[in-house]
Amino acid sequence: MRPFTVNRLTDTQHLNDVDSFENSRFLAGGTNLVDLMKHQIETPDTLVDLSGWESADTIEETDETYQIGAMVSNTDLANFAYRKEDLSLLSQALLSGATVQLRNRATTGGNLLQRTRCYYFYDTNQPCNKRQPGSGCAALDGFNRIHAVLGTSEHCIASHPSDMAVAMAALDAKVKTINPAGNSRHIPVRELYRLPGDTPHIETVLGGDELIVSVDIPKRPRGTQIYRKVRDRSSYAFALVSVACDVTLKDGVIDDVSLAFGGVGTMPWHAKSAEDFLRGKTATSDLYAQACDIELSAARGAGSNDFKIPLIKRTAAFVLEQAVGQQMAHPGHQGAIHAR
Amino acid sequence: MAALTINGQEYALPDDPRTTLLDFLHQHVKLFGAKKGCDHGQCGACTVLVEGERMNACLLLAFQLEGKAITTIEGIATDDGLHPLQQAFVKCDAFQCGYCTSGQICSGVALMSELEQNTPSTVWFESDYSDNEDIKERMSGNLCRCGAYSNIIDAVNIARDNKGVS
Repeated sequence: MRPFTVNRLTDTQHLNDVDSFENSRFLAGGTNLVDLMKHQIETPDTLVDLSGWESADTIEETDETYQIGAMVSNTDLANFAYRKEDLSLLSQALLSGATVQLRNRATTGGNLLQRTRCYYFYDTNQPCNKRQPGSGCAALDGFNRIHAVLGTSEHCIASHPSDMAVAMAALDAKVKTINPAGNSRHIPVRELYRLPGDTPHIETVLGGDELIVSVDIPKRPRGTQIYRKVRDRSSYAFALVSVACDVTLKDGVIDDVSLAFGGVGTMPWHAKSAEDFLRGKTATSDLYAQACDIELSAARGAGSNDFKIPLIKRTAAFVLEQAVGQQMAHPGHQGAIHAR
Repeated sequence: MAALTINGQEYALPDDPRTTLLDFLHQHVKLFGAKKGCDHGQCGACTVLVEGERMNACLLLAFQLEGKAITTIEGIATDDGLHPLQQAFVKCDAFQCGYCTSGQICSGVALMSELEQNTPSTVWFESDYSDNEDIKERMSGNLCRCGAYSNIIDAVNIARDNKGVS
C-alpha cells in the first residue's frame, strides 16, 4: 500500500477543510477501497475518512421517502428493509451479496461506488483501460465469462458488481450529494453511472469532491418484488446475471413494473425498454420473453459470456411470470413472495 | 490518546495509517489468533468482532477504529471456561489443521447473537429451507480448505441449541 495522508470528516462542512481533492478518495467501510489499495490499483495521496461521520449512519423515514444515510451498513439497511414490505427488493438484493462480515462493514454509499471485479482490472500486469487509460482491454480477447453484454464498448466490457445498486435502480432511488461549496443535488441511481465509451476509468457523474450524503428511496405503493440472482455457487459469489423486479397487476393488466438487471451491464441496468413494452398490457406468458428481446436487442457477447444473453432472458421471463402469478393469486400483494 | 480496545485492554492506535487491524494485532499487540489467510476479505480466517459485529480484520484500517471495542478469539473464552461454541467445536471435531478455526468461531459466536436478534438471511426468502441451509449461508464468509464444514455446522447447531436459540 502506498503512503497517504488522512483527513477526517465528521460533518459535511469539513469538506471545506480538505486541502486538495487531487487524487483523493473518500474512505467509508473500505471493504473494496482498502483491498484495491493493497493491490496498488488505487493509490490515493489523500483519504477523506468518513468513519466519524455519525449523522450519515441513520435512516430517516418521512411521508415521501426513506432517506438512507451514506454510512448505513449493508447489514443495517438489509435488516431495516426486511421489515418494510415496500422495500423487500432491497433486502433481497443486499442479503444475496457478499458475506455477513463484509455486509457489516460495507456502507450504502460505498456499495454504489464499488469497482468492477474484472480479472484484468485486478491484474496489474495486464492492460486495462479502466485502471490505466489507453493501455487496452485484455478482457475482450481473454477470459470474459463474467463480463458485461450490455453497455459495453471496444474499450471496456467490465460488469458492475453490485446487487444493491440493481435494486436501487429498480426502486428509482435518488442519490443526494454535496460538494465543498455546499451545493447539493439529487441524482437518480438510473443516471449515476456512465457507460464506458472511450473513458471507462470515469464510472459515475460525480465530481471528485462530491460526497454522497444519502440514498433517498421514494415511498410509493409497490407490488410483488423479486430479486433473483444466478451465480456459480449459492453463496458469496457475484451475479452471473440477476433480475430485480417489482410488478403490480390491476384487473389482469400490468399496471406498473420496475425491472433492472445485474451482472450483464457495465452499470446496473435499468430495463426501461422492457418496462415500457410491458406496462398497460394484459399479462400473458408470451409477453415476458418479448419484453426481454426488446431490452436485449443491443446485447453483444464477447465469447465466453455469450451465454449471459439467453440466461438473462430466461431468468427475467421466469421472474416476471412468478411475480405476475403472485399478483393474480393475491391481488394487491406487496413484498416478497416468501419471507419468514 | 487515540486508542482502541482489544479484549478489554486499551491500545494506542498505530502511527502508520496503512496498518490494518490484522497486522496491528500481529505486530503490535502480539495476538496471533486471528489468521492471515488471503489478506483480501475472501477467506474469513481473520474474522474478529467489532462492537460485537463480525468483520474481516484484514480489510479494516486500524486508524478508523478509534474508540471501538474489538474481540478476538483470545477474548471469546471467559474465566468460567470455553465459550459454548468452542466446546462444541471440540465435541464435534470441527477442525482439522485449525488455521481457519479462530475465524470460524468468532464468526459463529456472532452468528448466534444474530439469530437471537432475528436477523434475516437470504434463505429466509425461499419457500422452504432447513436450519443447516441457513447456517451454511451465514457461515459462507469462512472458508475451510480441509473441508471440515459438516462438523462446523454440527458445532454451530449444538451451540445454538444449548443457548436456546431457535
